Amino acid sequence: MKDMIPVDRKMSTMQDSKISARGVQVYYGETHAIKDVSVEIADNTVTAFIGPSGCGKSTFLRCINRMNDTIDTARVMGDILIDGEDIYDPRVDPVQLRAKVGMVFQKPNPFPKSIYDNVAYGPKIHGLARNKADLDEIVEKSLRKAALWEEAKDRLDKPGTGLSGGQQQRLCIARAIATAPEVLLMDEPCSALDPIATAQVEELIDELRQSYSVVIVTHSMQQAARVSQKTAFFHLGNLVEYDDTDKIFTNPQDPRTESYISGRIG
Amino acid sequence: MTDAATDMPEKAPAQTAHGSLLSESPLMKKRNAAEARFKMYGIVAITFGLAFLIFLTFSILRNGIPAFTHTVVNVEFTLTQEQFDEAESKMLKTAAYTDIFVTNITETFQQDGLDVAFDADTIERLLGKVGGNLREFYRENPDQIGQPVTFELSAASRVERYLQGKLTRDMVVDGRFLEAADLDVVDAMVDAGIIGSAFDWNFITGTDTGVDNPGGAGIGVSVIGSFFMMLIVLLLSLPIGVAASIYLEEFAPKNRWTDLIEVNISNLAAVPSIVFGILGLAVFIQFAHLPQSAPLVGGLVLTLMTLPTIVISTRASLKSVPPSIRDAALGVGASKMQSVFHHVLPLAMPGILTGTIIGLAQALGETAPLLLIGMVGYVAREYPDGIASGLLDPNSAMPAQIYTWAARSDEAFFEKAWGGIIILMIFLLTMNIIAIILRRKFERRW
Repeated sequence: MKDMIPVDRKMSTMQDSKISARGVQVYYGETHAIKDVSVEIADNTVTAFIGPSGCGKSTFLRCINRMNDTIDTARVMGDILIDGEDIYDPRVDPVQLRAKVGMVFQKPNPFPKSIYDNVAYGPKIHGLARNKADLDEIVEKSLRKAALWEEAKDRLDKPGTGLSGGQQQRLCIARAIATAPEVLLMDEPCSALDPIATAQVEELIDELRQSYSVVIVTHSMQQAARVSQKTAFFHLGNLVEYDDTDKIFTNPQDPRTESYISGRIG
Repeated sequence: MTDAATDMPEKAPAQTAHGSLLSESPLMKKRNAAEARFKMYGIVAITFGLAFLIFLTFSILRNGIPAFTHTVVNVEFTLTQEQFDEAESKMLKTAAYTDIFVTNITETFQQDGLDVAFDADTIERLLGKVGGNLREFYRENPDQIGQPVTFELSAASRVERYLQGKLTRDMVVDGRFLEAADLDVVDAMVDAGIIGSAFDWNFITGTDTGVDNPGGAGIGVSVIGSFFMMLIVLLLSLPIGVAASIYLEEFAPKNRWTDLIEVNISNLAAVPSIVFGILGLAVFIQFAHLPQSAPLVGGLVLTLMTLPTIVISTRASLKSVPPSIRDAALGVGASKMQSVFHHVLPLAMPGILTGTIIGLAQALGETAPLLLIGMVGYVAREYPDGIASGLLDPNSAMPAQIYTWAARSDEAFFEKAWGGIIILMIFLLTMNIIAIILRRKFERRW
């Protein structure tokens, strides 16, 4: 318990907590995947979740926009609050929640439609555009933010699946930010990309921090160190340590964190 | 580097655990032999399959193509105004026309130096009711009186079989249908060069006939019957099947009940079609009092039969849509239904269409259930009159018609049955081609 104290103290001093999770437990059938995780995630911050495979970091990420609802055997307990509202309240419609909490997946998964339609789909179903001009503007803005506009502006009507892997992932980011979310969840967004595309996406993540609270799951500790301000280390379903990124990487409190970042477990 | 490479072969093979790579190891030999054997089995199997297919196609075509042609007698004939007036003034008007026709043909024969004796009865046996046809023509086209007109008169099916060599003189028993002496007249017609063969549109557009007139039987009405049944099957089984599959695959909770339903659907697909026929008889005809032999009932029975096929293929194609697309749709905040209808269903479309068309093709060729609801054996003599009549009036269907023809005792009907099979195959091929085109059109690149 002693090693958790500095973490708790840190939490209480945080001014603008966007997401706060309290005692979250996740079961997949009999498997206890997330064990009592409590975490406060700040606004306008990039928070990285690191940890070995199967440690539950992706599972926890998927709790934040209730994507785990689509898995029949998954049960989530505890509270997750976004702006002070419990997202697991029975009155909450997960569809509405997902407009507020956007998500980018591990494998680029553009719809097999045109680039324009990929980005315009979210705003269309959420009624964010009153007319075609509005929609055009949203599409352009989102593609610009995702640093894809220059490459895509002349081929908006071409299928999104025809782009390269890195471009596809940026298209997915554009699609996610087109619905004007407040939180952006990214589940290993660079694992399928080459180093150049990774660098582009990382740069993008840093820019997105201006407008969103970004939560990113990553296997690459270098990436966590490069893009995030806060880092959480998960191990076997437990949140072992959560602190400022430079502190985690230079002066970890927990021996497990230390072993992981120095490459002894993982 | 190149020096090193050229040196290599001259060196003695290295004595490693794996031995030399230049010779096959005994185990490798065995493995390669097994592979070669397996390839050979495959080639033999495919050769067998192809041989049977070629044999089948060949025999269908050989037996069926004659059904599309019929033997015709081309007679140039001029009716004068006096003959017309005289014939119209008689008591037995059509008989008078037949007499005129007999005189005319006799003259033709005499010009060619052929001498055979025949009378009006002979003509009726060989060419059907010629007098009636002539009278009808001249009454409808009075301006053709006095002009030479070439008539194409279709010969009786026995004449055709005589010419094909399937009917010989010693087989002929004098009777109502044919007398041995008539064949002399046929020979004379052949010598005069007025007998020939023509494409028989009547076979495609015509109606079924009674058992005594194989030559005039056509499949047209049955095609219409099949068309109305397919219409019912498509309109009912596609929406019901697709809706049921979407619900089961995407929305239904996975529990014991849905498992049970799933198992039962798979079992239904394997139920013999005649069982569906019994069900149709009991439910639609005996209980709901729908008319017997009606394409509506046939369509409903075939719908029941097709539904499991459509449900199974639709579910399979829904399952094959990558989950990442569902995640993507849900991730941007699409509702379950939006994700299904905007993203999953369009991607599953090629599979659904293929499954539907295969189901329809199966239904189109199904005979057994139609036996029990009275469509087999029904003599489809009349074209339906409009859509309601097409659905509710008794009719036959293509496979039922083929079965009926094949069951008739007169051998001339067998040819019709083979010909019917060709038409059925053309329909099936067309449907499969449509399925391929649709699949190509809807398929998306990933």
